[in-house]
Amino acid sequence: MNRIDVCFNALKANDRTGLIPFVTAGDPHPDWTAGILHGLVRGGACLLELGIPFSDPMADGPVIQKASERALVKGMNVRRTLDIVAQFRQTDSVTPIVLMGYLNPIEYFGYEAFAEAANAAGVDGVLLVDCPPEEAAEIQSLMAQHGLQQIFLASPTTTDTRVEAMARLAQGYVYYVSFAGITGADRLILDDANLRLDALKNMLPVPVAVGFGIKSAAQAAAFKGHAAAVVVGSALVEALAGAESGDEAATIAQQFVEPLGKALAD
Amino acid sequence: MSDPTIDYHQMPDARGHFGPYGGRFVADTLMAPLQELAEAYEQLKRDPELQAELDDDLHHYVGRPSPIYHAKRLSSLVGGAQILLKREDLNHTGAHKINNTIGQALLAKRMGKTRIIAETGAGQHGVASATVAARLGLECVVYMGATDIQRQAINVFRMKLLGATVVPVTSGSQTLKDALNEALRDWVTNVHNTFYIIGTVAGPHPYPMLVRDFNAVVGREARAQMLAEYGRLPDAISACVGGGSNAIGLFHPFLNDPSVAIYGAEAAGHGLETGEHAASLSAGRPGVLHGNRTYLLCDENGQVRDTHSVSAGLDYPGVGPEHAWLKDTGRAQYLGITDAEAMSAFHQLARAEGILAALESSHAVAQGIKLARDLPKDKLVLVNLSGRGDKDVQTIARLEGISL
Repeated sequence: MNRIDVCFNALKANDRTGLIPFVTAGDPHPDWTAGILHGLVRGGACLLELGIPFSDPMADGPVIQKASERALVKGMNVRRTLDIVAQFRQTDSVTPIVLMGYLNPIEYFGYEAFAEAANAAGVDGVLLVDCPPEEAAEIQSLMAQHGLQQIFLASPTTTDTRVEAMARLAQGYVYYVSFAGITGADRLILDDANLRLDALKNMLPVPVAVGFGIKSAAQAAAFKGHAAAVVVGSALVEALAGAESGDEAATIAQQFVEPLGKALAD
Repeated sequence: MSDPTIDYHQMPDARGHFGPYGGRFVADTLMAPLQELAEAYEQLKRDPELQAELDDDLHHYVGRPSPIYHAKRLSSLVGGAQILLKREDLNHTGAHKINNTIGQALLAKRMGKTRIIAETGAGQHGVASATVAARLGLECVVYMGATDIQRQAINVFRMKLLGATVVPVTSGSQTLKDALNEALRDWVTNVHNTFYIIGTVAGPHPYPMLVRDFNAVVGREARAQMLAEYGRLPDAISACVGGGSNAIGLFHPFLNDPSVAIYGAEAAGHGLETGEHAASLSAGRPGVLHGNRTYLLCDENGQVRDTHSVSAGLDYPGVGPEHAWLKDTGRAQYLGITDAEAMSAFHQLARAEGILAALESSHAVAQGIKLARDLPKDKLVLVNLSGRGDKDVQTIARLEGISL
């Protein structure tokens, strides 16, 4: 069974809401990312989303844009992102990893070559921001041939008709974007998001995680009972940006997620 | 070459694909608004009253039809085929861009949106968007790369005079592609009240189709004018291609006329071999950017490259998906025109015909001159003079070391 399914099954069995941190591969330094991922797991992460940097991240706010730019300057690319995953897998064979990013770097790498290499590195799923279900057929089948799940986004503007179509293709989990906007914005309205999450839960055959604009333990805790997991990205990426060594970055990562994990577990 | 088995007017398919190109590659939040836009556009196409309103605006506000002018002196100086100019530079606001913004503004009004956003490179589309927003009394925000703001100061001031807010974009390469990213980020945030007027035949479906259709008035007029005034179709047509909106506007009505050879002029900048250019069809490979699959200029890792052209309006690393398809099918040919060739054509046209062409359009003129040179005198080469050059005089002075 895919590690993603194992993870969400365990959360469900324990009646818990999981924590999914997002970090950009290669930021603040390519050599530090694997250590950061381990720090996040120690801090209570149940699944890791690792961003593949792209020059034109049209759905991202300034924090993740800048993280991508920094990582690209340091030479990050798809190949090196996979190397980081392989490095992480040397000592963690349990925590699921989803690579998150935009289509073009993967299209240039080649979808089939990517799926094969990602599987070999220990990746469990991909979330391609600019690949909605309507455009996914070919890519999803190539990923599936190599054991990778394709995770889709849903949002406040997703019509019920599209949710029904998504339900037929969804694997792993669906990532619900909590508001119409870009990553890291201050637009989260908890009640609105929870209302929609409750509806989506009944329409989708896979668990629903929620992300965008979640920065504090209190915000995360408000999703208990509504979302299967909570994603925290920009706030974490921002906290990591000031790290001056790999050890410091891993510690920041761990300390950042600990209170969120604890708030979700309480 | 034209393939008689293809009906070139049947594209895109229902999902916005031109063969392997085009599509709707956006984050989920924009999927429903794009579908709404596609439906609103289908209604507009079928509504004779709205069509009449559009035609009326194009006639009384834009000044259409624009004439075809026979550049006799230039033709005889070149010494080959006759060069004809479709005078889009004579439109209100000075370029073809207004054909599209008039149409999209009508859609915005129809859909009850109160706020217009646009991206712009050279500033022509920004000006054309600010113009239609002023006319409808709508708020208008234009995203423009900080680098482009520097080199197109006059157009920035024009937009401000028209009441628009110009937002400098300082991310990435600070040019048109980054302005497009920022406009998409605004749209995804304000999608409830905002209409995004995309200025070229790129972006997610239905934009490449609807921007093409609004600009196709150029080709429809030109085709009818050729038949009425010359008794026949041109032998070759030429237009410059950045995103490709003026080019597809001219080309589309001629696609099913096999006797008409079609040529797009891409910005070869300092030369294709230098890597400093914006010729995505000539030197790129397919990828996904700004909501569609098309030819792109990227590094080997799929990161979008910085491009170069003397003309800000062609300085874009992608190209409309229909052009990608026309290239692959062979119906149109896309050739590189360097900065130097465009500048030379600019001066030739100015001296021979008393017309200052936009630097973008000067690429099409340069290509038209090359085509005409190799053809006999009784052949006709139609060039889309997509915009006027007033906005470029400062750039030209700077490049030639002249202080004004």
